[in-house]
Amino acid sequence: MNNIEQTPLIEVKNLKKYFTKKGSTLHAVDDINLTIAKGTTLGVVGESGCGKSTLGRTILRLLKPTDGQVLFEGQDITKVSESQMRKYRQSMQIIFQDPYSSLNPRKSVADIIATPLIVNHMCKGKVEVQKRVKELMDTVGLASRLYNAYPHELDGGRRQRICIARALAINPKFIVCDEPVSALDVSIQAQILNLLMDLQEEMGLTYMFITHDLSVVKHISTEIMVMYMGHCVEKAPAKELFENPQHPYTKALLSSIPIPDISMRNKKIQAIRGEVTSPINPVPGCRFAPRCDFCREDCVGSTIPLTEVSENHFVSCRMMEK
Amino acid sequence: MKMSFRSRKRKENEEFANAYAQGHSMAGDIWRRLLRDKSSVVSMGFLCLIVLLAIFANVLFDESLVTMQNTAIRNNPPSWEHWFGTDLYGRDIFIRMVFGSRVSLTIGIVTMGVSMIIGGLLGAVAAYFGGKIDGIIMRFTDMFMAIPETLLALCVVAAMGASAVSLIVAMTVAAVPGNCRLVRSTVLSIVDTEYVEAARACGMRDIGIIVKEIIPNSLGPIIVVSTQGIANLMLTASSLSYLGMGIQPPNPEWGAMISEAREFLRSDPYMCIIPGIVIVLTALSFNLLGDGLRDAMDPRLKD
Amino acid sequence: MSEKLLEIKDLKVQYKSGDTPVCAVNGVNLTLEKGETLGLVGETGAGKTTTALAILRLLPERTGSIESGSITFDGKNLLEMPEEEMRTMIRGEKISMIFQDPMTSLNPVMTVGEQIAEVISYHSDSKEGEDFSVDKRVDEVLEMVGIPATRKDEYPHQFSGGMKQRVVIAMALSCQPELLIADEPTTALDVTIQAQVLSMMSDLRDKLGTAMIMITHDLGIVANVCDKVAIMYAGKIIESGTLEDIFVNENHHPYTVGLFGAIPNLKVETKRLSPIDGLMPDPSALPTGCYFHERCPHCMDICKKTYPDVYTEGSHSIACHLFSKNDPKEETNE
Repeated sequence: MNNIEQTPLIEVKNLKKYFTKKGSTLHAVDDINLTIAKGTTLGVVGESGCGKSTLGRTILRLLKPTDGQVLFEGQDITKVSESQMRKYRQSMQIIFQDPYSSLNPRKSVADIIATPLIVNHMCKGKVEVQKRVKELMDTVGLASRLYNAYPHELDGGRRQRICIARALAINPKFIVCDEPVSALDVSIQAQILNLLMDLQEEMGLTYMFITHDLSVVKHISTEIMVMYMGHCVEKAPAKELFENPQHPYTKALLSSIPIPDISMRNKKIQAIRGEVTSPINPVPGCRFAPRCDFCREDCVGSTIPLTEVSENHFVSCRMMEK
Repeated sequence: MKMSFRSRKRKENEEFANAYAQGHSMAGDIWRRLLRDKSSVVSMGFLCLIVLLAIFANVLFDESLVTMQNTAIRNNPPSWEHWFGTDLYGRDIFIRMVFGSRVSLTIGIVTMGVSMIIGGLLGAVAAYFGGKIDGIIMRFTDMFMAIPETLLALCVVAAMGASAVSLIVAMTVAAVPGNCRLVRSTVLSIVDTEYVEAARACGMRDIGIIVKEIIPNSLGPIIVVSTQGIANLMLTASSLSYLGMGIQPPNPEWGAMISEAREFLRSDPYMCIIPGIVIVLTALSFNLLGDGLRDAMDPRLKD
Repeated sequence: MSEKLLEIKDLKVQYKSGDTPVCAVNGVNLTLEKGETLGLVGETGAGKTTTALAILRLLPERTGSIESGSITFDGKNLLEMPEEEMRTMIRGEKISMIFQDPMTSLNPVMTVGEQIAEVISYHSDSKEGEDFSVDKRVDEVLEMVGIPATRKDEYPHQFSGGMKQRVVIAMALSCQPELLIADEPTTALDVTIQAQVLSMMSDLRDKLGTAMIMITHDLGIVANVCDKVAIMYAGKIIESGTLEDIFVNENHHPYTVGLFGAIPNLKVETKRLSPIDGLMPDPSALPTGCYFHERCPHCMDICKKTYPDVYTEGSHSIACHLFSKNDPKEETNE
C-alpha cells in the first residue's frame, strides 16, 4: 500500500463524457481526475446511473470522451487514431458484469479465448493457439474437458472465468473489471475475487474495479473513489475511506449496507431520503445537495473542488473547505 | 506426491486430447445436428430430387417435348405415358414442370440470395454504425418500399426488356428493403451486447466483428425469412409473368402453368392441382429445412 | 405470539422437463409463528422461490408438481384446498407475495392507483360494510408505504425502481394479509434505496403485525430484518434457528461456515476469502448421502451414504453428521 506514489500506469485528467439527446445533455462522467499506480487496484463505487461504467468504458476508449485526457504510460490515448489504438488495446482489457451476455453464444469456450490471440496475431499456427488457450484455461481454473463446451452449458462462475481468460489472453497490463461478481452467488463471488487477486499478484496486473458492493470493493481495492451522478465525491485509500468517511454521501452509503452481524441490529439501517436522479443539464455544484442533511446555500451554484483533508484523502464538499 | 501430480497432469492431457478430438469443425457439427431432424432430412431429400431433375433435365428428357404441340392428346388426364397428364396443347405436363423448375427455382433462390446479401449487408452496416449512415440507408429503403412492387418491376422490364434476368433484377430490387429492415432490427439487438464490446476491446476490426460476432448470431431470423421468401418469390414471379413481364410462353414456368390451367379447373382439375401440389411441397420443404437449419446452427439447442 | 401460523412438513417439489425430474425441493420442514419474520437464505437454485410458490400453489402447472408433504396455514391444509377457495380466500387476502423485479411485476398500461384498487376491490366484498371506499383505501395504502396519494394517477414508468417496489409492497399489504412472502425484494435496488425499503418494511411489519418470509441471499439483510433463519441447500434446510443461533452460536453446518466465509467482512481485514469450492449439485442428479458431502471439508464415510438426521438443540437445528448424537465429536464441541 506504500507504493501509491509510484509512476502511474493510468492517469485521467478532467475526463468528461456527455450524451446528448433531444437537446438535453446527460453529464454521465463530469470532470474526473484519477491516477492508478502499477500493480494497484482502484475501486470505483456508486449506485446505478452514477457513471461508473461509462467512466470505465471511456478510459478504454470504447466510448469517445467528450473532453479530457487519458494517459496510458504517459501517452494520451484519446487523440490517437483507431489503428494506433488497436496497439494500446493489447495492454488494456475489460471484464463485464454479466457473464451471460458477454460471451458469444455461438462460440465454444476455446474459440472465445482464442479470438483475442488470433486478432492480435499473438500465436503462430493452430497448435500454438491451442497450447496457449489451454494454458489460459489452466490459469483461471477451467478444466480442460470444457475446451469444446459452449457458454450456455456452464454456470455463471465458470463463464466469468472464461471472460477472465479472454481478458488475460493478450497479456494486458490494465484490466477494467465492470461489476465482475455482481451477478454471481456469494460463494462463487468469493472464488472469483480470490482468482482476481491471485492473478494480480502473479502478473502484476492493475485493476480498475467498478462495483456497487462496498464490502467487495473494500476487500479488493488499494484506493477507492466514490462517484455520485458523474462526480467524484470522495477519493481515499481503502482503509482510510472506511474508517474515516468524510462526504455525507459516503457516510450514507456506508450506513446503508446491511451488515451480517446481529450486534449491529439495534443500530437500525440508516436510510437517506430521496433518490438518485440523472444528471441531465445539471447546474454546477454538489449533486448530492437535494438529499443531503447538511446542505447549505453555497452547495449549489459553483463547482466544488476536491479538497485534500488528509494524505491522499480527497473530498468534494463545502464543509471540508477551509 | 510427485507421481500423483504427474498422473493427474497426464490425465488432464488425455482429457484435453479427447475433448479436442471430439470437437469437429463448426460445419460438421451443424450437419450432424441437421441429420438428426427427420423433417429436415425429408425436405432435403425432396429438394435434392427437384434440383437434380432440373440440372439433368436435358440428359433425361427430350427438350423439344416441352414446346411440341400435339392436339390429338390435349387435356389428357394422368396416365402411364404422361405422368402428370397433358395440357390444352397436348404437351406433357411432367416434362414441362421439370424444365419449368429450372426457371422457377433459379428465380426463387437467386433473387432471395442476392437480395438477402445486399439487404443484409446494408442492414448490418446501418445498425452497426448507426447515426448518419443508418439514417441515409433507412431513408433509401423507405423510398423503395413506397414504390409498389409491380410498378417497380414494370420500370425495370421497360428498361431491360422482358426476360428471366430482368425479372430477377426487378424482384431483387423489390426485396432488398424488406430484408434490410429485418437484418437491421436483428443486428440492433446484438450490437449492444457485451460480447461485441469485448471483441472491440481486444482490437477486432469492425468488419471482423460484423462477420464473426454479429452475423452468426442473427442467422436465425434471416434463415427463416429467406426460406419462406423463396416460395413466395416463385409465386410472385408467376404473377409478373402473367402480366407479360418475365418468362414468355411457350417457355414453361410453374406459376405460369397454373394460371394457364385456370380455365380448365372445372373440367380437368389435375392441370391445376398437380403443379399446385409441387409448388406447395417445394415451399414446405424450404420452410422445414430453414427451421431445421436454424435449430442446427444454434449450439444452445444441442442434443 | 406463539401461535403457529404456517407449518410446512416434508415438502417435496419436482419440475418435470425432459426425461429426468428436477428435484427442486426435497423435504422442507418449516414453522412460522404469527408476527414472526423468517429469513430463508440460500444460493441460486437452492429451492427458495420454489418453496414460496408451493405455499401459494403457484407452481407452473404443466411442469411443477408437489410430490408429497403438507402445508398447514392457520389450521388448514393448503394443498387440499379447492382452487376456487385458494384464489378468493388465500392469495392476496391472507398470503401475499412480493417478487424480485419491481419493473416487471406492475402492468405498464394501468395507473398505479387502478392496480391497487383492483386488488382491493377483488377482495373487498368479504370485508367491511357499505362505508368501505376503495378509493380511500388506495390513498391510505399509498401513504402507508411513503408515496403521496396524489401520485396514484401516474403510470408505473413514471416511478423509479425503489418507488415501484413500494407500490408492489402497497399492493401486497392492501388487504392486510397475515403472511407476506418477499422474494428478494431489494436485490434489484441500489443500497441506499434498499435501506429505505427495508426499514419501511420492518416498520410496517411491526405496525401491522404481519408475519413475513424474507427470501434472500444476503446475510446482512437477514441480520437486520429477521427473527429466525433457515438456510437452504439443494432443496433441503440444512440449518435453522434464531438469529443468535446462526450468527453467534459456535456450532454450524459446514455450508453455513462457507457461506459466512465467502462474504468480505467490512470490519475485519482479510487477505483471502475462504469460500466453499465447487458448485451446488445438479438438482436432476443429486448425490447419495448428504447433498453437501462433495464440497464438505469435514466429509466422513457416513456422509456419502446416508442423509443426516436433524440435530436439534433448543431452537437451533443442524442437519449434519458432525453433530449426530452418537458421534464422539459432539462431546468435544459442547
